[in-house]
Amino acid sequence: MTALLELNGVSRSFKGLRAIDNVSLAVNAGEIVGLIGPNGAGKTTLVNVVTGMYPATAGRVHLDGRDITRVAPNRIAQLGVARTFQIVQPFPRMTVGENIAAGALFSGGARSLADARARARELAQQVGIGGLTDQPAEMLTLARRKRLELAKSLAMRPKLLFLDEVNAGLNPAEIDDALKLIGKVAQSGVTIVVIEHLMKVVLSISTRLVVLHHGQLIADGLPQEVVRDPRVAEAYLGKRYVEASRGPSS
Amino acid sequence: MIYLQVLANGVVLGGLYAAIAVGFSLVWGVLNIINMLHGSFIVLGAYVAFFAYGLFGLHPFLAAPIAGAILFAIGYSLQSTVINRVIRAPVLMTLTLTFGLDLLLNNAMLLAFKADYRKVVLDPPLGSMFFGPIVLPLDRVAVMALALLLTYGLYRLLRDSKMGRAIISVRMDREAAALMGVDVMRMQAITFGIGAFMAGAAGSLLSIIYPISPLNSMTFLGKAFVVCVIGGLGSVGGAIVGGIALGLIESFAALWFGPEYTVPLSFALLVAFLAVRPTGLLGRRGYE
Amino acid sequence: MRTAIILVIGAALFAALLLLGSNYAIRFATIFAMYATLALSWNFIGGLAGYPSFATAAFFGLGSYASAILQSSGIPMLMAWPIGGLFTAIFAAVIGLAILHLKGHYFAIASLALVEFLRELVNINDQLTGGGMGLNLPVAHAGVTQQALFFLAAMLAVTIVTLLAAVVVSRRKIGFALRCIQQNEDAAIMLGVNARRYKAAAFTLSALFPGVAGGIYASWVHYIDPSDVFDILLSVKPLVMVLLGGLGTLFGPVIGAAVFLVLEEAVWRSFLTVHAAVLGLLIVALVLFLPNGLMAIGRRRWRASQA
Repeated sequence: MTALLELNGVSRSFKGLRAIDNVSLAVNAGEIVGLIGPNGAGKTTLVNVVTGMYPATAGRVHLDGRDITRVAPNRIAQLGVARTFQIVQPFPRMTVGENIAAGALFSGGARSLADARARARELAQQVGIGGLTDQPAEMLTLARRKRLELAKSLAMRPKLLFLDEVNAGLNPAEIDDALKLIGKVAQSGVTIVVIEHLMKVVLSISTRLVVLHHGQLIADGLPQEVVRDPRVAEAYLGKRYVEASRGPSS
Repeated sequence: MIYLQVLANGVVLGGLYAAIAVGFSLVWGVLNIINMLHGSFIVLGAYVAFFAYGLFGLHPFLAAPIAGAILFAIGYSLQSTVINRVIRAPVLMTLTLTFGLDLLLNNAMLLAFKADYRKVVLDPPLGSMFFGPIVLPLDRVAVMALALLLTYGLYRLLRDSKMGRAIISVRMDREAAALMGVDVMRMQAITFGIGAFMAGAAGSLLSIIYPISPLNSMTFLGKAFVVCVIGGLGSVGGAIVGGIALGLIESFAALWFGPEYTVPLSFALLVAFLAVRPTGLLGRRGYE
Repeated sequence: MRTAIILVIGAALFAALLLLGSNYAIRFATIFAMYATLALSWNFIGGLAGYPSFATAAFFGLGSYASAILQSSGIPMLMAWPIGGLFTAIFAAVIGLAILHLKGHYFAIASLALVEFLRELVNINDQLTGGGMGLNLPVAHAGVTQQALFFLAAMLAVTIVTLLAAVVVSRRKIGFALRCIQQNEDAAIMLGVNARRYKAAAFTLSALFPGVAGGIYASWVHYIDPSDVFDILLSVKPLVMVLLGGLGTLFGPVIGAAVFLVLEEAVWRSFLTVHAAVLGLLIVALVLFLPNGLMAIGRRRWRASQA
């Protein structure tokens, strides 16, 4: 069975600095992959390369067997890859409904503006901002903006969804809600890659863990195993977390 | 042999162009404002020199700092009263605003000075220099030398003076600069003022070479654009490289295609650079 | 609703103006139609897509000369106009490939350079274009008033078509896409918007109608020269009109054009020597105090009361 997403020896350099260095990994349909690593490890760059925002300087990216290494980002979006941004980027002066509708209209197969708007209302409801569809996006609180981001991505009917630090800036209660939402999304058949640096969060939902450090892939496997890997501990986790995660997690 | 002459002409011309552009480049690179008044500032500086020479017999080279100071005052006031209000607005707004201000200034100059072309005719004239087969009019060489000196002065100001560092800090990070105690608004006005100073001084120097009229302002502005795009923003070196590049290109183009082609060619070059390498030969820097 | 009322009043005034029948009124109306077209066209790229274009004069001039040259080769006027417009649109599409990837200042400068470049090019190629001496166009054999009415009808027709195009664009996917691009181009692309294609479409639309209008203008005034039709003010005035009326709105350009031209006629046409200065003052006042245009005056108050 071909993996949904396959990276082969992917590198990306910026003026001599190797942001990601010879990364090879495969993501299978149905997984929830946690992508972790210290700040500057290259996690967001990896997402940017896969989604086509930056071209890879070496290596190949395949989606469902199809080579998307040099494909334009808007086309990749239409092929079923969606992502949220760390710094949330709505269309500020458009309403929440219109923001979500954009996702549906340009990648989500909506046939018309009216169709897209209807889907937007549904999705807004699903992520919990149903009553806000007529509000301008710039007036939303941070937590709600994150949900808007999520709804926009879902509107694109993605096969693969990258969640880039969705929990940054949220309080514990908001994080719990967000996790439940992510779980629901995964159940609906979307393959998810979660970029996080909150260990508790990522351990609680990931089926698999991938660790980046200085742009290189240093671990890839089941969460319990990765967490015990001495290289990972050395690079990132520290003794405390290794101790704490001795118990089973799923 | 003729190529050497054309080359020499190009370099001398280039020095002039660098002087025309360096103030414009500063304002664009640091404040992110395209100052549509720049051409008019240059012309105004030239008028200062013209009247200083006619009324007081003051040599345009000596009038240059005076013209610069007058333009500094004008630039500073414009920035602090009007332009600062829209400095964070979209490009469209700042461009349109400075365009509108230029309409005002230019019209005022037309009313005050009329459209007729004036010229500062030095008496006695400076004559020419001879380098082997190459003939260089001394006035142009002198202007170029002084212009480069002026440019060097700006370079040292930005690099070494406290004010220069403050200006650069504002460009790098406005909020951090404010936290460090930099009066951001005042720095912005000073920067714009310095840009105007450079324009006024350059205009004063150029008054012995180019005919002076408010109708010329757009020509100077156009040159400044091309130099900045070719050379690259955010460094004094960029203005110099761009200036000399433009000077050389125009000289050779005049030789090969005829002088009437220099203007369209420079604009075609502008568009070409923007299409392929918008940051210019030296790339976009931050005056660091 | 408010817009509709304004438009109805405007149309009524317009009709009344025409009923006066004077050639002056007809001339004024023709100029209005022309500027309304230019403003509406600029709105596609400058208002909707958010790309500050100064190329309107380039397209207008190109259309003028294309149409004039076609006519001097024997092509009838009514065919020369659309062909000139089409030529201009194709030109824009091609140039767009080179400059639409630029942002902000760089794009603005490139579009400005286009005007200068074309003007000088036309000046130089005097075999074809008459150069600085200008180009004469055939004069029709008809009465003065009849001619005036004919050209008014022609200009107005183009205005109406442009307005219809604006309406269609605003209602369909392309309008939505352009608004997304204007507010956050990178996010739009990541959502699946083919920004390149949509921007090219907007830029082409911003050229097509001015190209036709330029052709009509040339026939109307019977004589064109480079500094006349490649005048930077033909880029700036429509822009100011759109700002005046409301950037990115549907009828803002038309209302802005009307207000601007009435002001121009009433206030400063008489002050020939300070004409440019007054325009400059208007621009400064507009940018500083009314950046969202006239349409926004009532709207902002309404918004505040809702919050």
